[in-house]
Amino acid sequence: MDLLEYQGKLLFARHGIPVPSGKPAATVEEAVAAADEIGYPCVVKAQVLIGGRGKAGGVKLARDRAEAERYASDILGMDIKGFTVHEVWIEAASDIAAEYYASIVFDRAAKAPLVMFSTKGGMDIEAVAEETPEALVRIHVDPLLGFQDFHGRRLAFEAGVDADVVRPVGALLAKLYDAFVAEEAMLVEVNPLIVTGGTAEGGRDVRALDAKVTLDGNALHRHPENAALRNPSQEDEQEQMAHERGLTYVKLDGDIGILGNGAGLVMSTLDVVAQAGGAPANFLDAGGGSKADAIVSAVEVILSDPKVKAVLFNIFGGITRCDEVAKGLIEAFDAVKPTVPFVVRLDGTNDVAGRQLLADAALPNVHTASTMNEAAEKVVELAAGAGAAA
Amino acid sequence: MSVLVGKDTRLVVTGLTGREGTFHALNNRTYGTNVVAGVTPGKRGQDVEGIPVFDTVHSAVAETGANTAMIFVPPRFAADSILEALDAGIELVVAITEGIPAHDELRVYTQLKRTPGARLVGPNCPGILSPGKANVGIIPASFFKEGNVGVVSRSGTLTYQIGNELAQRGFGNSSIVGIGGDPVPGSSFIDIIELFESDPQTELIVMSGEIGGSAEEEAAEYIAAHVTKPVVGYIAGFTAPPGKTMGHAGAIVSGTAGTAKAKAEALEAKGVRVGRTPTETAEIAMEILSA
Repeated sequence: MDLLEYQGKLLFARHGIPVPSGKPAATVEEAVAAADEIGYPCVVKAQVLIGGRGKAGGVKLARDRAEAERYASDILGMDIKGFTVHEVWIEAASDIAAEYYASIVFDRAAKAPLVMFSTKGGMDIEAVAEETPEALVRIHVDPLLGFQDFHGRRLAFEAGVDADVVRPVGALLAKLYDAFVAEEAMLVEVNPLIVTGGTAEGGRDVRALDAKVTLDGNALHRHPENAALRNPSQEDEQEQMAHERGLTYVKLDGDIGILGNGAGLVMSTLDVVAQAGGAPANFLDAGGGSKADAIVSAVEVILSDPKVKAVLFNIFGGITRCDEVAKGLIEAFDAVKPTVPFVVRLDGTNDVAGRQLLADAALPNVHTASTMNEAAEKVVELAAGAGAAA
Repeated sequence: MSVLVGKDTRLVVTGLTGREGTFHALNNRTYGTNVVAGVTPGKRGQDVEGIPVFDTVHSAVAETGANTAMIFVPPRFAADSILEALDAGIELVVAITEGIPAHDELRVYTQLKRTPGARLVGPNCPGILSPGKANVGIIPASFFKEGNVGVVSRSGTLTYQIGNELAQRGFGNSSIVGIGGDPVPGSSFIDIIELFESDPQTELIVMSGEIGGSAEEEAAEYIAAHVTKPVVGYIAGFTAPPGKTMGHAGAIVSGTAGTAKAKAEALEAKGVRVGRTPTETAEIAMEILSA
């Protein structure tokens, strides 16, 4: 689950990571009130789950109240790469002496957290990694040992940070690691991590000027305060509906609705449909052991996408019983009364009973297929026919 | 012969007294698996249709000589249960549980690598079936018979699909191993392919992968260097758009690395033939075995 920038910053702050003070706002009035409270100059930042906000005009420096009002009204409701801005984050402007980069990712290949740090922050870090790989220092941390002080020193010294900020950089990285582990994140990224310009009284310090946080959805039950941060307004309508019903659904661009059991088999079904010349409208994994009511839910989600011209059910029953799937489909027809054709392929546990149920029900416009390939060809043909008729 | 599970398997099931645990443990026993114990804390002295229940894995091992554990407890308790089995000296842990938090899996994996002689298959996997000998997990055994094809797969239902296509063409299996689709699997393709390579019953290996990670690419390198038996590949997810997660936590595409195309090309570059559909995969296997 991805967090918005400000949600990430509030999470950072809970772990003692220095972030600029700020407030979220959903309306222009709230934004102006927040700006007045924080003081000027302040920054108005669009909150969307996509990069490239700055270039799209979603980040503006407001020097006074009139500017804060104008920018908040420009940015709220703005479309950034298909995402609508529902919230802005009003933040105190920072005095920036240098921009660094820091991140911790869950490295599946190495099976350990990977901490990365660079003094070349504030820009496209992938380009930095590509062009000057030595400028991006990487250290894997043993998950059972955790982040040690020496890790922080190595990262800071090897990246070549100024001597006066070695200690604050190390301390910030240690806290970032704490947050990564304690919140069970898959990614925490700070770009830029800024060095503030020192004053006569105090030395320079470091601060997270941005926050990108991805949390492990499987661990949210241990973090109720994070589970509440889900951003349904950033999700597609069908994806939101599927999420509420506990189904694994991903929206795609085509017109053939797909339902299967097991992520691998569903992915394979998408491929076989594409090879037959069709374009899948979605990925939907009904999961293992699906009961009839889950099938009804799934059919409702698939058909709520108006692009869908035909639907393919591809089931190989292991713990999923084909007769339950057939019952679900019959109930779904009763409840939803679909107008598009269905192709159903049932194999595996209780397949004979499932096929018999479907034959007895004689549902309108439901075709059966005995293999996955045959089912794919048939559904592509039906979707094309429906397109021609429409 | 077969790999990992067979006639020597002495199985302890954690979560035996749960609904799913009971159902599948009894199914496994009916198939012929030697299910010697179950573990549910606080239920020592009870039994499930004659299978004795213990409070801890340690006591189950001491009393019954269990050498294999099947993990059937809910996700929030699963990492603890796997660590308990490793600590009790279990040689093979098969973790069926789906939805274990990723950081838990990381700790488990790190500890696993510090436990000499221990092996973990899964989590989030359908288990291991050695047709005619033993079934540990939820693979529907009736679709498979004994034979010479070893199958290793990240996906459960896709394994059944490919296994069934092979069965329809008259081929059986030495063992079918589901390694699971999670970000941190206990066993990799390489671990299982190595076992099939030294298993006399296995004459051909089918590996079924999917988008995400680099396990298939690493397997390609390993096969070229160490495997003499023919390997046929299949990769799911050619039509998956980049950046989307397709259900399996492991199936996340980042950049071009980990795409189905990159994986298929990596395998083909090392001489592994890759079927574009499950049907084609079975046809290639048949062609090689009939030659």
